[in-house]
Amino acid sequence: MARALVTVPATARRGEVIEIRALIGHAMETGYRPGPDGKVLARDIIRKFTCRYNGEQVFAAELHPAIAANPYLAFFTVATASGTFEFTWEGDKGFSQTETARIAVT
Amino acid sequence: MTIRVLALVLAVGALAAGAALAGADARKPGAAFMGAATQAMQRDDTQNPAMLWVGDGEALWRSKDGGNGKSCFSCHGDARASMKGVAARYPSFDTHSKRVLDLGQRIGQCRQTRQQAPPWRAESRELLALESHVALQSRGMPIAPPREARLEHAAARGKALFFQRIGQLNLSCAQCHDDNWGKRLAGSTIPQGHAGAYPVYRLEWQDMGSLQRRLRNCMSGVRAELPPYGAQELVDLEAYLAARAKGMAMESPGVRP
Amino acid sequence: MKPTAIDARRRRLAQFALAGTALALSGAARATQEQMAAAITAFTGGAAPKQGKVTVDVAQLVDNGNTVPVTVRVASPMSAAEHVTAIAIFNERNPQSDVAIFTLGPRSGKAEVSTRIRMATSQKLTAVARMSDGSFWSGSADVIVTLAACIEGEG
Repeated sequence: MARALVTVPATARRGEVIEIRALIGHAMETGYRPGPDGKVLARDIIRKFTCRYNGEQVFAAELHPAIAANPYLAFFTVATASGTFEFTWEGDKGFSQTETARIAVT
Repeated sequence: MTIRVLALVLAVGALAAGAALAGADARKPGAAFMGAATQAMQRDDTQNPAMLWVGDGEALWRSKDGGNGKSCFSCHGDARASMKGVAARYPSFDTHSKRVLDLGQRIGQCRQTRQQAPPWRAESRELLALESHVALQSRGMPIAPPREARLEHAAARGKALFFQRIGQLNLSCAQCHDDNWGKRLAGSTIPQGHAGAYPVYRLEWQDMGSLQRRLRNCMSGVRAELPPYGAQELVDLEAYLAARAKGMAMESPGVRP
Repeated sequence: MKPTAIDARRRRLAQFALAGTALALSGAARATQEQMAAAITAFTGGAAPKQGKVTVDVAQLVDNGNTVPVTVRVASPMSAAEHVTAIAIFNERNPQSDVAIFTLGPRSGKAEVSTRIRMATSQKLTAVARMSDGSFWSGSADVIVTLAACIEGEG
């Protein structure tokens, strides 16, 4: 389980455009870097990120080795209803992690 | 004393007082030499990568470990209270081991003596996480090395090292960080070398690291032999740097290029 | 022989090639402008993006090429009728042209995405936006990347 830090406003007004931030600890090994023995280390990155808001996808990202380690994403969505944000990261070597956050929309 | 000499003394006194009042602390933190995007990364806890380590550190603080099943919390309670100002006072002279220790070494000693747990390896994820969590509790507070003779001896040794030329490039710390700060070296702006943001997330490492790791990078940069982690020279340098930055605000855990 | 600054730089470059920085110079074939053009064409399905509406916000001279904050903004009402459906970022001199592809929609509210990327060397970054009407727009930024000072050595 990697450490993740998601930032979602606790409350918002209906129709307000809110910023979401998602940060997760992952080395994002490019597949080009030589290890201490001189042999190139295999690629091991997070390849996909999805944000679902009350079950519906509102943002997604396809990531490549050019994304820096400990990937950071900030994006926007419209606050429509109270509920849950679900963030999922998937990647090489079966990496899969989900974090959730709640929002109250008035 | 004649009137003229008295006038001179008064004039010099006034000048000195004026200079002291003007304060004009010419010291600037490393953050002042970074680009706006990197400064924003450090300033904002929702995007500072170091906060990932702080999160791990919070969990480690409360996890029981070692032979007597204690956690840091067992003795120290909530770190937000008990660790407030602590990192700002390190390195410090430790009466138990009779050595000057930096924060990472002090944590290692606590683990061994109080938790009966093996110390974590230098630069290990666990140690940096706990250091980050502890150091965060001093953020904004002035760097305050304790007044203690043996610590001051270490700082004096560190000062000598700071001014000593080393490596194939035959450069001393002072030549870059005292004499040429603000100028460019390989595309980067040379900072003054104040170490109030450690542990830092260094963009070059894409990872968290201690001041000792950064000092070894500097030494590598001038093609000098690297002292091993925990070496006396590194601790002495840390002690000097703390004295040199005394009074500047802690920024830990920081972000640096 | 007294070591000179040039010797030191060559040593550092050799170090850079051998040591563990994210994108080693030796061995990895560099992407080219043609490869980037091909990657863009793959994203647009053959259409040539029009220049405009897309802003790539990045420092002109970065602190470190290993971690470069980038924000892409697209001028769009983000309404159900007219919105950005995807934003793709490309580079021209890393080993691979693709950096990321973001999926947006009418629920996004604002067509703006921020992330941190790796840049092997000074180069142009290009972002291409796909709109709900099927059109493609692009914007780019030139970025200068230099070697960091005092990098990790052996041991």
